[in-house]
Amino acid sequence: MDVLMPQLGETVTEGTLLSWTRAVGDPVEPGDVLCEIETEKTSMEIPATVAGVLAAIRVPAGEAVAVGTVIAVIQERNAQASEPTVAVAVAPAVPLPQRRTAASQFGPGRLADGTEITPWARRLAAQAQINVAQLSGTGPRGRIVGRDVEALAVGPYAHTPHDVIPLAGMRRQIAQRLLAATQTIPQFHLSVDVGVDALQALRASLNAAPPAAAAGAPASRLSLNDFVVKALGVALMRVPEANTVWAEDRMLRFHQADIGVAVAIDGGLITPIVRHVEAKSLAALSSEIRELAQRARARHLLPAEYHGGSISVSNLGMFGVSEFSAIINPPQAAILAVGAVSRVASETAAGGVQFESRMRVTLSCDHRVIDGALGARLLAAFREAIEAPAALLA
Amino acid sequence: MAELSYRDAVARGIAQEMARDPDVVFLGEDVAKAGGVFKATVGLYEQFGPLRVRDTPISEQAILGAAMGAAMTGLKPIAEIMFADFAAVCWDYFANEFPKSRYMTNGQVKVPLVVRLGNGGAARFGAQHSQSVENWCMMIPGLKVVAPSTPVDVVGLMAAAVRDPDPVIFLEHKSLYASRGEVPDGELLDRLGTAKILRPGRDATILALALMVPRALAAAERLQREHGLDCEVIDLRSLVPLDTQTILGSVARTHRLFTVEENPRLCGWGAEIVSIVADESFYDLDGPPVRITTPHIPLPAADVLEDLAIPSSERIVETVRRAMAA
Amino acid sequence: MTTTLARPEGDLTQELRLRLYRMQTLIREAEQCAYDLFLQNLVKGTSHLSLGQEAIAAGFALAMQPGDLSFCTYRGHAHTLARGVPFEKVLGELMSRDNGLMRGKGGSMHLTSVAHGVMGSYAIVGAHLPIACGAAWRAQYRGQSDVSVCFFGDGTTNIGAFHEALNLAAVWKLPVVFVCENNLYMEYTPIGEVTAVEHPAADRAASYGLERIVVDGNDADIVFRTASAAYARARAGAGPSLIECLTYRYSGHSRADPAKYRPDGELERWKLRDPLPLYRRRLLELGVPSAVLEHVDAEIKSEVQAAAAACKAAPPPPADILYTDVYADGGAAWRN
Repeated sequence: MDVLMPQLGETVTEGTLLSWTRAVGDPVEPGDVLCEIETEKTSMEIPATVAGVLAAIRVPAGEAVAVGTVIAVIQERNAQASEPTVAVAVAPAVPLPQRRTAASQFGPGRLADGTEITPWARRLAAQAQINVAQLSGTGPRGRIVGRDVEALAVGPYAHTPHDVIPLAGMRRQIAQRLLAATQTIPQFHLSVDVGVDALQALRASLNAAPPAAAAGAPASRLSLNDFVVKALGVALMRVPEANTVWAEDRMLRFHQADIGVAVAIDGGLITPIVRHVEAKSLAALSSEIRELAQRARARHLLPAEYHGGSISVSNLGMFGVSEFSAIINPPQAAILAVGAVSRVASETAAGGVQFESRMRVTLSCDHRVIDGALGARLLAAFREAIEAPAALLA
Repeated sequence: MAELSYRDAVARGIAQEMARDPDVVFLGEDVAKAGGVFKATVGLYEQFGPLRVRDTPISEQAILGAAMGAAMTGLKPIAEIMFADFAAVCWDYFANEFPKSRYMTNGQVKVPLVVRLGNGGAARFGAQHSQSVENWCMMIPGLKVVAPSTPVDVVGLMAAAVRDPDPVIFLEHKSLYASRGEVPDGELLDRLGTAKILRPGRDATILALALMVPRALAAAERLQREHGLDCEVIDLRSLVPLDTQTILGSVARTHRLFTVEENPRLCGWGAEIVSIVADESFYDLDGPPVRITTPHIPLPAADVLEDLAIPSSERIVETVRRAMAA
Repeated sequence: MTTTLARPEGDLTQELRLRLYRMQTLIREAEQCAYDLFLQNLVKGTSHLSLGQEAIAAGFALAMQPGDLSFCTYRGHAHTLARGVPFEKVLGELMSRDNGLMRGKGGSMHLTSVAHGVMGSYAIVGAHLPIACGAAWRAQYRGQSDVSVCFFGDGTTNIGAFHEALNLAAVWKLPVVFVCENNLYMEYTPIGEVTAVEHPAADRAASYGLERIVVDGNDADIVFRTASAAYARARAGAGPSLIECLTYRYSGHSRADPAKYRPDGELERWKLRDPLPLYRRRLLELGVPSAVLEHVDAEIKSEVQAAAAACKAAPPPPADILYTDVYADGGAAWRN
């Protein structure tokens, strides 16, 4: 076994071998003094800790070596199997507690002409994409301060009294996503008028049914939009090629109808997804949509509840909007905009005039995934489902 | 609801916890029969008796050591150190024993105790009986440090401190003992590590602790009235745990930071906070962060001199005004 | 193996004596092993050995009941082993391995095992005396019958906390036993050169209204009897005891100290009163077969060797425990 220069003293890093009391070949027992060593602090005798023969002396008298250096070797009498050397594991680097320093630096604190600009002003300028060189400073010694940038960012409105509304997370999100949708998705729009008399009649009768009178009787009133969502689900099953989304380098075609329902909430809107619309009854759909809308307004939706889906429904009929085209919600491939129901005159088969209730819907489609004819077929299937609403009860 | 003095709030907070939990005991010099030299613990001895409220010899090391031994073995002691300056006399327990035992023993040893200290100046007691030592305590890893500024906070934070499983240093301000405030009836329980925005504002953030809080509030009133500056005043209440999020949130809104610290300049608690803000909210700052502190001198005894040393409302107003107008 | 039971002498049964022998032997072998491993650079940092002082640790510990609490100084390996903490865990701590008693977070000077009643080894001289008072106060407050036993060296008797603790314990009549291991040296200086009285602990007892007790700390039987009497007093509500045990340490104050300040011949004279051979002789005189003692010796050697092998193979502590257990929530967070 190796005899080492020991750590003699807490701050000592090396020791000097003063003299050897034993020679190579001498037998040794535990406790026999082998040598004397010295550090800056003191000197000490080093005993053997095993029995055997002093096989080698590695450091001669008078030499200084670092702590831990092998100074001699003892050939043990009862040599044990060489002990497993524990690789002193290099401990994995522990990540320091999270650093929260700003990632980017927003430029120097002093411009080329010596003008000072505060950190906040720099950040504002960078985020508003304003060239700091064109700013004039109203701070001490002409320093450019935050309000100088704010004034410019507002531009033509600098002199119109206004409140600054900071951008809340949701507003930022909406701005970003819909701008991206408009810029990157080749959208086209198809409109159709659907007759809703049969639907309204069915709806009225279902809503009048006493609770629990029949299986599937709704706990509360079914809305027109519940039927719209269901009809769209049925349509997707009938035109499965339209139940597809664009995924960069491929398309994903779904077997189930996951449909988003746009809900207006304080400060914006959000689109929770109803999954498996094709498999749900109107009553189930209705209460699920109501529950999702409630939680959406209370800001209690989980991300999984508003991510995904292949198509959404946006209904502004309750505001009297007759028709509109909505912007597709990426990563979906289509959105159905539903207008208000109005009474219109139309020609009967017998050549007379009748009044019917009609609703104009507009389907926006992602042309990468849904061509004109396919979109038209989906819209037609939707119309069929609305105008022959018994299918919706399945 | 009742109006209580800060000193009565101390007794009320301790009594609330002692009534609630038979393991809570209280020891210190002249705390029992005399009700404390500042009369902050009047009535406890009468209510809870000599076994639970104990007068000790003048032995700060024994007081804190005994508190620790009792805490390690199941009790919840509250120990009083009469003047915060005396922390230096028993500093081994603050720095080496309380805060390190859990860590060194790999979680075996627990030290759920509270040390109450009579902190701060403006009482003309002289340099060795007037110090603000919150920064001494803040810099030891393993302690928790609170310093309430109002009677209601005294009660609520005392309850939180007693129920906290870690060693908590509870700094009462001697010059606030006579101050009064509304305290609701019934059991109160606050949370350590939470700061309070006492006065929302838009132009600057002023952070203060203990006696500096009412002075900062008075300064904010004058700054608004006389200089049109609308300052947000935050009562920090807790140095460890530190409510960094409230501070950073405030600076994100106002873009200016001022601290008002009674401790002497070097390594005062505000230095750490300014460092954090400079690191994490640099790009929210519209001007240099400014610390308003007692200068780095021992505190003089004479009233006119002490009043010049400890930050006053006037000094706060003048410093903020100048920094904002410059 | 059959053994002939010798006639027990007084209150000490042979079984107890064998346990005392075993414990002293364990401490001796364990400390020697720690020293050898230090020379091999496997035991890190600083260590304070109790070679020569085994009888005190063994005698006081074996007289304790389950539930009694002990507090010792940084020269605490012996006191930790004496309460039944396995040597492997103690050595692992000295060797900075993950299998150590505190996973390497405390080190040699802070050995603690709450499960065994070892309520800490304390590195600041005198700090634990008031702490032991606090633990005793809790027992008194709750009407519990456990005793707090506090070990310290002769040097401690001159520090402030010693006097504060003795005074408080006496005034409050706390169930605490203060044990001074007078090994004649306060770190590197002879205790006589820095103390106003001859017996640094016993000659102070009167200042606190306590009995003057000086005993031969190298005789485990004497230590055991003295300890039992003190514990009984404490449990009966008669208050604290201050016991000075005379002993000697063979190694220096710490690893860094080869103890050259000792006068010639002093070490040799004390080795004549080495607690281990003394006790061995006594057991043989009482009729215990030497084969029994050799069996104990062999068992201890093998236990110590096995512990050393296990610790050599044990990994170092993982980096993630750097941040654990600063606070009760298990972490180190001081801010949100």
